[in-house]
Amino acid sequence: MKPLHFILIVLVSFASPAQDYFPTNKGVKTENSKQIMLTGATIHMNPLQKLDNGMLLIENGKIKAVGTALSIPQNAVVIDFKGKHLYPSFVELHSDFGIPALKSKSSGRRSVQYNANRKGYYWNDHIIPDYNSSTDFKYDSKKAKELRAAGFGVVNTHRKEGIHRGSSVLVALNDVQDNGYRMIEDRAAQHLSFKKSNTSGQYYPGSIMGAMALIRQLYHDAAWYSNGGAKNKDLALEALNKNQKLPSIFETSNKLDVVRAAKIGKEFGKKYIIKAHGTEYEQLSTLKKFKPTLLVPVNFPAAFDVDDPFLAQKISLNKMRYWNQAPANPKAIAAAGIKFAFTSSDLKSVKDFLPNIRKAVQYGLSPERALAALTTIPAQLINQKGRVGELKKGAYANLLVTDGPLFEKKTKIHENWVQGQQHIIQASAKTTIDGSYALNINKESYELTLSKSATKISAKTVQNSTTLKTEARYNNGWLTLRISDSSKTKFAQLKSKISDQSSFVGDGTFFDGSAVNWTAKKTEDSKPKKDKKDKEVLQKILPITYPNNGFGFKTLPTSENVLFTNVTVWTNEADGILENASVWVVNGKIKAVGTIDEASGARVIDGTGKHLTSGIIDEHSHIGASSINEGGQNSSAEVTIEDVINPDDINLYRNLSGGVTTLQILHGSANPIGGRSAIIKPKWGAGADELLYPNADPYIKFALGENVKQSNWQSYGRFPQTRMGVEQVFTDYFQRAKEYKAAWKAYNALSKKIKTKTAAPRYDLEMETMVEILDGKRFISCHSYVQSEINMLLKVADRFGVRINTFTHILEGYKVADKMKEHGVGGSTFSDWWAYKFEVNDAIPYNGAIMHSQGVTVAFNSDDSEMSRRLNQEAAKAVKYGGVSEEDAWKFVTLNPAKLLHIDDEVGSVKVGKSADLVLWSDHPMSIYSVVEKTMIDGVIYFDLDRATAQVAQIAKEKNKLIQDMLVAKNGGAKTQKPVRKKAVEFHCETLD
Amino acid sequence: MKNYISTFVFLFCCTLGIAQQTPAADQQNSILILGATAHIGDGTLLENSAIGLRDGKIIEVATADAIQNEYSKTIDATGQHLYPGFIAANSTVGMVEVDAVRATNDLNEIGEYLPHIRTIIAYNAESKVVESLRPNGILSAQIVPTRGVISGSSSVVKLDAWNWEDAALVTDEGLHINWPRAYTSNRRRGPSSDIKYNKKSYEEKIKSLSEFLKESMAYNQVQSKTKHLPFAAMNNAFVGSQTVYLHADGQREIVDGIQFLKEHQIKNVVLVGGNEAHLVTDFLKKHDIPVIVSRPHRLPTQEDQDIKLPFKMAKILMDAGLLITVDVSGRMERMNTRNLPFYAGSFAAYGVPKEKAVQMITLNAAKIIGVADRLGSLTVGKDATLFVSLGDALDMRTNQLTHAFIEGRALSLETHQTELWKRYMEKYARK
Repeated sequence: MKPLHFILIVLVSFASPAQDYFPTNKGVKTENSKQIMLTGATIHMNPLQKLDNGMLLIENGKIKAVGTALSIPQNAVVIDFKGKHLYPSFVELHSDFGIPALKSKSSGRRSVQYNANRKGYYWNDHIIPDYNSSTDFKYDSKKAKELRAAGFGVVNTHRKEGIHRGSSVLVALNDVQDNGYRMIEDRAAQHLSFKKSNTSGQYYPGSIMGAMALIRQLYHDAAWYSNGGAKNKDLALEALNKNQKLPSIFETSNKLDVVRAAKIGKEFGKKYIIKAHGTEYEQLSTLKKFKPTLLVPVNFPAAFDVDDPFLAQKISLNKMRYWNQAPANPKAIAAAGIKFAFTSSDLKSVKDFLPNIRKAVQYGLSPERALAALTTIPAQLINQKGRVGELKKGAYANLLVTDGPLFEKKTKIHENWVQGQQHIIQASAKTTIDGSYALNINKESYELTLSKSATKISAKTVQNSTTLKTEARYNNGWLTLRISDSSKTKFAQLKSKISDQSSFVGDGTFFDGSAVNWTAKKTEDSKPKKDKKDKEVLQKILPITYPNNGFGFKTLPTSENVLFTNVTVWTNEADGILENASVWVVNGKIKAVGTIDEASGARVIDGTGKHLTSGIIDEHSHIGASSINEGGQNSSAEVTIEDVINPDDINLYRNLSGGVTTLQILHGSANPIGGRSAIIKPKWGAGADELLYPNADPYIKFALGENVKQSNWQSYGRFPQTRMGVEQVFTDYFQRAKEYKAAWKAYNALSKKIKTKTAAPRYDLEMETMVEILDGKRFISCHSYVQSEINMLLKVADRFGVRINTFTHILEGYKVADKMKEHGVGGSTFSDWWAYKFEVNDAIPYNGAIMHSQGVTVAFNSDDSEMSRRLNQEAAKAVKYGGVSEEDAWKFVTLNPAKLLHIDDEVGSVKVGKSADLVLWSDHPMSIYSVVEKTMIDGVIYFDLDRATAQVAQIAKEKNKLIQDMLVAKNGGAKTQKPVRKKAVEFHCETLD
Repeated sequence: MKNYISTFVFLFCCTLGIAQQTPAADQQNSILILGATAHIGDGTLLENSAIGLRDGKIIEVATADAIQNEYSKTIDATGQHLYPGFIAANSTVGMVEVDAVRATNDLNEIGEYLPHIRTIIAYNAESKVVESLRPNGILSAQIVPTRGVISGSSSVVKLDAWNWEDAALVTDEGLHINWPRAYTSNRRRGPSSDIKYNKKSYEEKIKSLSEFLKESMAYNQVQSKTKHLPFAAMNNAFVGSQTVYLHADGQREIVDGIQFLKEHQIKNVVLVGGNEAHLVTDFLKKHDIPVIVSRPHRLPTQEDQDIKLPFKMAKILMDAGLLITVDVSGRMERMNTRNLPFYAGSFAAYGVPKEKAVQMITLNAAKIIGVADRLGSLTVGKDATLFVSLGDALDMRTNQLTHAFIEGRALSLETHQTELWKRYMEKYARK
């Protein structure tokens, strides 16, 4: 008996149908105490240790011993794996294996759903920590087979639904035994994401920043609940508290979300394992700061199909580079010292998993790191160190049998043992009998040719140059041939058990039915065929830029020691406009202005005929953010734009080209109380958090009028629907904030002892924000149009002792400029917008001039990614409409918005000691003919017109190179994908996202 | 009594603060505008000029020291600038009053082939948006339809009139075709979307347009017993009395569209938009196609595109020898139409010589929309449609009109907006 057959029989009897304490009614209750000894293989115990000619003993699904000189127990079955390699099977942490998919339930409703469906659980249906994936788990043997073929032995699987998705189950891909054996851990990890669940149509959170706020509030609520703060039962919070020690795996789906998840984790001391995106190489310096743990997908993009030259040009350079750079992502992550495991998540077919890991190795990832990321690291992350992912004593016998080193292209996985159960992936290559033979039947000579005998054999028989139709089978060492004679009516049937591959001896029946003996002697080996698929060229990885698009920097620019000379300087200070002056910049600050005799070490920029001003400040912008509106509730004070800054937005660069050096990124106007805003400097190439203006006063967006009433879209279900209701929303929130503050004050005044016995008030992110406003620590920029609502908010604010900081848009500000002045609120308006909706009927371009004439601090803003590039022209309109002086008009886009943002001590004018946020103009800054030549922020030149012009040619060159490379890849047989176009993201106040 | 009347007039204005300005009366007296720097509109300047207007026409263009005629009234415009009225091409002012209020929208007709649709009869001569253009020097506009494949016909209007009939300078001068898009994206959520050559819709739409043109051409060969309104409306384009405006942006679409129209025997073709026209300048020159080029106040169409391309477009096309004017369409286009002079100025900032920039929105525009016999330059015999500005009218700071005329009629430079301005300054002055 051959060992292989013997094992199969052993395994069948070995496979007990149920657990040992289960009764049996099918024969006698037996226990199999057999052991299996694997010998002769190179055993890779873990990424760093291997044994040549090693031995591995398996008992009860686990490894009993590993070594080189083990004594073989008498009851052991021995399998010789000489020439083979054994590796630990891989561990997948991010899968929905065996969990049935849900269909979307959100359709069908006409109006927006604001409340949760579930009762007795959390107030938001997308928070489902009570869900355990074992509830719906059904072992899917088809899928399991695919996963095993890819190398996996253990899978951590969860239902990919919701923001808090509940817990996962860790399952071994053991086809032989049942779930009772397969389930290694029924609460293996908690899973989170920023994506809403299909289990409910509840609208909130409607944005990524809403999802972030919801997770934060959830953690606060869980702590409060566990301290007995709640009057009700909340099974979701109870489950969350119960599971808090489990590992948390956070799924993200884009580059920026990876950092966002890391940020929340850091805030709450959660060591998230973040399912990353595949473009981590673009932002390693940012990621490193969080010391994250990543699950890295290997869904390397296919080359674009660029056959259509028009389409080829529409693909962004960033997307093209992704194809080139992605395979080096794992290497880059490893080099950055970031801990990571691989995941097959995001792959269209798990078959691509191992080939892509190999690709990553080809592109520089060390095989040790690769193996660790497949085995020991995921094992450790899921708290299964020593139980899976290694071949050591006590671990599950989860192992791969390969015919060579794992990461070599030709190596095949032959077997994948899971919990000691052998699963054949690909039978050891049958001895091939391909070749040409001299066939002799009944002393007649034929030529026999056999091919593809390793898979589906085919044969050809020729006698005297006549081809005789031949069918062949080759199975279990038996070769059978059926040859038809030239008339095709008679058949010879031959058989032989092959033992010598060059010479067969057999018997059979001849065409006439007589019994015959036959022989075949090999005359020639078959010629190996070339593998067509193997033409893929190793690409030279293109350098990354910051950000990684055509206009990015190869190396980040740094602050310079610069002297601008012979230039007309708009100081915005008492000095007014200085002709023929100099400005000296050192260490990011303005060191001297006026006549400067000596500036040691400075690079001189001659400004003859040019103008130098402080940078433009846009009080109202929506660029550089991944979302703008959280419209799921009529207040969203809990969300902040600071969470969702997108530093790669090309509009930031375009803004630099128009001289913008500071912007307030405001929440939209979907609700009366909007989200908190972000004040940023468009530092092109920096990470999201580096854009934030340091230590700026915090702001929040409020909004009035048609948008918050939802007048211009068909929505009738949300309060408020009128300006009357809007007033009550503000009154309600301010009142509640007052009471909230009082409750905390009372609690905090308690003695330590009493505090421990008293439940603390619920920590409420919305109310915390409102209290900041009441305390004068957070400032309001309120979207407003008509005079009635402006007046209303002033009165509500007065009642609660709050000062409104800025009315933004404020197109009827001119009608209540006196009231604004009295309240001390500034106006940040459009220069000349009107006629786009009913509430701007009385909007006039003289608005800025009138408010200015009444002593209101006036700014012109953009609210528009296009206009923000030319706010200098908008300032000039204040001269045209209403005759504001040029110097004052210029302040509308520089010093005045700085005042409205409380940053005029640092920016907004050209003054010694202020930040060197400067713009060099080719002409008078408000001349229509003027062009920005250089834009500097903190002494760093982020925009240079000559450089920008040169970049255009470079982009064309690089694109064409990549197009060439992709055409080569396609011709070499590589898969391609359809061209994609980056969508232009244009947010305005009314964009719902 | 006099005071009483002026108070009355003042109150009258205030109470009707949101009503339109009264259209100006016909020119009674001959007028000489003296001493201004005259921007002729053909790319030249005339310093210290004397421009004479009589009976609604320009009768004299001279220097101040060589005046031939006598005038009953002289306007001293020394130190100021005189321009032919600016012309807004491819405009929709007067067709929608408030963007978000559907009831005020008369632009979006349904249907695919609408050559019989005419903007002129829906043009609101009393629109408050229209009146806001005059103080910036925009005195005429081409009013175009926008929907469907064939959108209908445009007309050129004077921007000061009692009604559309009075406003009309030339009716139905152009037929507008929205060329189908060859490349379409899916609407998937997320930062990017698949883009593909939409063979089916693109080629089918072209085929169907071709059939429509062929059938309508056949229809117009003979006198049919039953009238087919759309087919009949096509005839002017075939005989060349109506210009066909091809609205197309992509390189492929521009080339396909122009070749298609030439093959279908359309005589006069103008390209509108043409965001990729810079890639096919030789082709456009070869076919002698004028371009109504997208306004510079727009974003590049792709992340990787030259961030300044929208600004540089006019220079590129002009250097290629093409006849161009400025397209005022785009986001919030109606209320922004008053910024036309600044669009031209922005093109000048990126290489177009200043007088050429003026010419783009005066004589070039007039030529392209077929009204050069009446408008576009300070030329004897043309309409006295012109204005005087304190300074350079392409620059916001100096675009300050002191006088404006349409056919010699002295226009009010007030608007409901200036009235609100004055009303509230008066309110604050009372304190």
